[in-house]
Amino acid sequence: MKMNNTRASASLKEMIHVAHVDKFYGDFQALSDVDLSVNQGERIVICGPSGSGKSTLIRCLNGLEFHDAGEIIVDGISVEEDSKHLKTLRQEVGMVFQQFNLFPHLTILENLTIGPMKVRKIAKAEAEKRARLYLERVHIPEQADKYPAQLSGGQQQRVAIARSLCMETRIMLFDEPTSALDPEMINEVLDVMVELADTGITMVCVTHEMGFARKVADRIVFMEAGRIMETATPDKFFTNPDSERLKLFLGQILDH
Amino acid sequence: MSTRAKPLTLKKVLNSVPVSFAIYAFVMWLIIYGAYAGAQAMGYNWQWYRMPQYFYTLTDDGFQLGEIMIGLGKTIQLSLTAFALATIFGLFIALLRLSDLVIGRGLSIALLEFLRNMPLLVLLYLFYYVLGPVFSLDRYTASVLCLAVFHAALISEIFRAGINAIPKGQWEGATSIGMSKGQAYRYIILPQSIRFMLPPMTGEVVHLIKSSAIVSVIAVAELTTIGRNLISDTYMSFEIWFTIAAVYMVVTLLLSIGVSQVEKRYAVQT
Ligand SMILES: Nc1ncnc2c1ncn2[C@@H]1O[C@H](COP(=O)(O)OP(=O)(O)OP(=O)(O)O)[C@@H](O)[C@H]1O
Ligand SMILES: [Mg+2]
Repeated sequence: MKMNNTRASASLKEMIHVAHVDKFYGDFQALSDVDLSVNQGERIVICGPSGSGKSTLIRCLNGLEFHDAGEIIVDGISVEEDSKHLKTLRQEVGMVFQQFNLFPHLTILENLTIGPMKVRKIAKAEAEKRARLYLERVHIPEQADKYPAQLSGGQQQRVAIARSLCMETRIMLFDEPTSALDPEMINEVLDVMVELADTGITMVCVTHEMGFARKVADRIVFMEAGRIMETATPDKFFTNPDSERLKLFLGQILDH
Repeated sequence: MSTRAKPLTLKKVLNSVPVSFAIYAFVMWLIIYGAYAGAQAMGYNWQWYRMPQYFYTLTDDGFQLGEIMIGLGKTIQLSLTAFALATIFGLFIALLRLSDLVIGRGLSIALLEFLRNMPLLVLLYLFYYVLGPVFSLDRYTASVLCLAVFHAALISEIFRAGINAIPKGQWEGATSIGMSKGQAYRYIILPQSIRFMLPPMTGEVVHLIKSSAIVSVIAVAELTTIGRNLISDTYMSFEIWFTIAAVYMVVTLLLSIGVSQVEKRYAVQT
């Protein structure tokens, strides 16, 4: 049933280091004293109730938001608002959003090539070759010349994953990638993510798809009210959680 | 395909092409006839036959453009140059306004308020009588710069609205693949904003062509100035002002039609 929760391949190089992080929106504290360490090749799932700070945490990892206290180091680069290395960091960290955020004025192929061409300065032919390769990887090679609006939600999200893959990043962040999808499209996206998990890329994924978490996560993080309440392997997480809050939460999302 | 004959409502009748056209023709006739009748009553001596020479002449020397056409050419040249500059200034002001630099936002707001509260005529005098001697600007350059700066303020608001109309997710998508702010603007945000900006921009060009008439007060030889000169030579004020008005209208109408055509093509693409 389980694939390989404890992989020897997850090397000990620390890719993401989060220590004592606080984040405020005005007076509201969205993150409180968050610690998290993710090794290269590790697959982390983050879950927790709405408003618990999951998106905030993951967005702080690639500098879409900035933390107010503590330290975040991703792939050796300290994430700070006026860091000169922010652009380099973002090239190394891919992100997939709940709302896809594809570029509607560009074809699928152009969506995939614009980053490599303009950011990585790769030649067009090479970028297109790479784009077609990754479209194949997400099982929609035939959609290359369409516009995003002509695709289903599931297809759009797979394009968004391919867009990140085209940047050949070593870390991928997912923020509820299946929450905006119709139920019948969720699996086609999850399948692609499971395949991706097997490539050795470092993944941090906010999701409530517990089947997916059980299958691929090395560790599952449970957040509530801006804090990490519990971190555990899937086995322990589902069968023997420590905190009462997590038991309650699991009861709520696993019941239906 | 076959649509059943639906009952004719008053609205439908009024909206049908022949009826609209008839009403339109009637209203136009009323206006023109009214003007004509008024002129007749004051014993105005119409001399329409003298007008064509101001458009063009065909003599032994060959085809020559008349003064009105030359004036129109100047108006178009003036307007397009001013519009091009205004677009560049306008984009610049908009980007300043949207930047995270407090000083940038402050400067652009001050500039906008200044221009918004300044009558165009006064601005023109400022450019011609104050900045003109200081920077040794001729009438034409002073006029172009004045129109450009005045319309830059309006165009910057069009840019700002167009840029703000793009969802935040587009910025995040661009940022997440490592684009800088400049790259995001250039490849992702502005190309999408154009669709929102095209209609108000057309309005701005029309507005600019119309307001360019004001430079006749410093005797730049554009359409309105030509009109005034012709009248002082010929005393045909009715014919000439009607004609000048018609020329402005034809140009601005053609422009609007052209752009709505472009817009249609754009709409199909995405
Ligand atoms: N830009 C913002 N300004 C003010 N408050 C914000 C902002 N973004 C998030 N918040 C607040 O911070 C808290 C955490 O938000 P966050 O989006 O991280 O939650 P989440 O765990 O991702 O929730 P969800 O499951 O609904 O996506 C929420 O209470 C939210 O209202
Ligand atoms: Mg969220």
